[in-house]
Amino acid sequence: MIPYFVIIPLAGAFIIVLLNHLIKSDARYAVTDSAANLATAALMVLSFLSISKTGSYTVGGWEPPFGINLVADGLSVLMLCVVNTVSFAATLFSVDYMKRYTAKRYYYSLFLLMVAGMNGVILSGDFFNLFVFLEIASISSYALVGFGTEAEEIEASFKYIVMGGIASAFILLGIAFLYSRFGVLNMAFISQAARANPSIAKFPLILFTFGFLIKAAAVPFHSWLPDAHPSAPAPISAMLSGVLIKTLGIYTIIRIAFGVFNWETGAVILRYVGIATIIVASLTMNAQKDLKRLMAYSSISNIGLILLAFGLNTKLGFLAGIFHLLNHSIMKSLLFLTSGAVFYRTGTRQMFQLGGLAKKMPATAATSLIGSFSISGIPPFGGFFSKLLIILAAVAAKNPAAALWAIFGSVLTLAAFARVQKTVFFGEEKKEYENLKEVPASMTSAMLILAVLCLAASLLYLPKFRKEFLSPAADALNPQNYRELVLK
Amino acid sequence: MDKKNGSRNLQDETRYGNPEINGMSEIVKNVCIWVEGFIFLFGCYIVLFGHLTPGGGFAGGVIAAGSFILITLAFGRGRIEKIIGRRKSSILDSLGALMFLFIGWAGIYTGGVFFSNFIQKKFGSMPFRFLSAGNIPLINIAIGIKVMSAIFLVFFVLSITRVVLRGDKLEMVRKK
Repeated sequence: MIPYFVIIPLAGAFIIVLLNHLIKSDARYAVTDSAANLATAALMVLSFLSISKTGSYTVGGWEPPFGINLVADGLSVLMLCVVNTVSFAATLFSVDYMKRYTAKRYYYSLFLLMVAGMNGVILSGDFFNLFVFLEIASISSYALVGFGTEAEEIEASFKYIVMGGIASAFILLGIAFLYSRFGVLNMAFISQAARANPSIAKFPLILFTFGFLIKAAAVPFHSWLPDAHPSAPAPISAMLSGVLIKTLGIYTIIRIAFGVFNWETGAVILRYVGIATIIVASLTMNAQKDLKRLMAYSSISNIGLILLAFGLNTKLGFLAGIFHLLNHSIMKSLLFLTSGAVFYRTGTRQMFQLGGLAKKMPATAATSLIGSFSISGIPPFGGFFSKLLIILAAVAAKNPAAALWAIFGSVLTLAAFARVQKTVFFGEEKKEYENLKEVPASMTSAMLILAVLCLAASLLYLPKFRKEFLSPAADALNPQNYRELVLK
Repeated sequence: MDKKNGSRNLQDETRYGNPEINGMSEIVKNVCIWVEGFIFLFGCYIVLFGHLTPGGGFAGGVIAAGSFILITLAFGRGRIEKIIGRRKSSILDSLGALMFLFIGWAGIYTGGVFFSNFIQKKFGSMPFRFLSAGNIPLINIAIGIKVMSAIFLVFFVLSITRVVLRGDKLEMVRKK
């Protein structure tokens, strides 16, 4: 079942291009809409079916280290669930939202290529395939950021290409060094060769850290994200902020630093980078006037929180980091979708031009409120429990300063999102928005799905579900377990 | 070109392109007519023998695309659009990728593993034959088609369009 996560989106992408050429009438829009939604829905169902299943898949029957293998362990399966759920919500949202763009018919094929790349990164069992899938996902996201073709969007896309290209060069160089040192590219074999002395691969690991932290937009390297993510169409912003930076940046770095090498210095680096990210992004977030830009800065701040949790290098820290990663994916995609819904009706993203939308767009306002509550850590929602777990993990790791910085970030997030709710959805009603209507049903249903998941994610804090879902993912971040899974 | 006067017949137009938009001198065009077929054939050869000699789908596809690029450079847009236009190459591009995926999927269908070499398993390896490598030649052909049309498409789209700034929006317009 593992290769279908790559086959379905890849085939879907090219079938959509083909259908666009073969069908001449306007029916092609309906056909491509349903094809893309079908593909992402199938992926979502497949990923939920593969919960608590693990295994290594040898492509073509060639055994590693010489063949390519795909590995599904607890962490991969959890990431697959998150990525494919968010991508389903985003395609559902796109059906009506993307009508305003002229080249909608090519949009889905880029979208599905990006999903294929992300699923590939998550499942890949060797370094070079990881790089290839990473480039597939990155290159399609460069095109999607500039999809509106306005001058400022093209500029953001170009900035993103340059930064992403530098990151990819670092990663490729790191892979080259690893290959020259070990002679294989398979992660499990390299892990076995380096188990006695993890510092054997210090230089490639530092290159990887640079590369993946650029992809994750951690603080010294964050400058591309506040331009790129607001410029993209809303469903793409949801994908980029919700899952792409986590898959290409965080998942890869934690998989390599903790799942393959057990690199302790890396944990220290991640911890300090995480703290710096929280401070810088939380402060700049509160100065933003653009709705989507504020959310982009909030993404950076949460990336810092997740990095901080992983940087604690304890089992509870990993658990908390994975939990917050999952929560943040859901709530940030939800918030970007609601910002898209606001933009769809009002045509502006500037917060001071908006106001009193809660009465006109009740579903959007309600889902946005749920997302804001969750991201600022208000109790019944998922975000509260993951932030609590991060703080508990920091205290348990005898690092109370980290806990304080996590609280600092949360408080500033609460302040920023309270301002969003006040200026956009409550506050005084503006005259020009008197005749505003709620967005179409496909868009509201996408937002409702994610809002329900925001609430449902809090259930994962219960020991029963935690054992089923989060603990296997945290256990996967152990070189011993990874080697046992692949090498048998 | 003046069709009414009949100074050149239709055959000449397909052979030499439309003289109003054509690219280079008569010498280049004549040389191009001589070599274009051989370059394309060489590309096909590299694709087909990728499993026996150095080369393969990617290298062969690039060479085959080179022949189309040469035609575009020598004759301008007129002639290449009759051979392989934008739509046709985009369809070929998708078909190549889908063929590649289908061969991989056929491995699951027959042998149980993605990309398993099911032809070799079924018929055994026949040394010194064309299909001695099982389905690798087929995969090479799929990659060759994909790479040929994709590289040509990149060149073609860049050569026929121009990006202009209209107000605050960049627009792609067709070159005249």
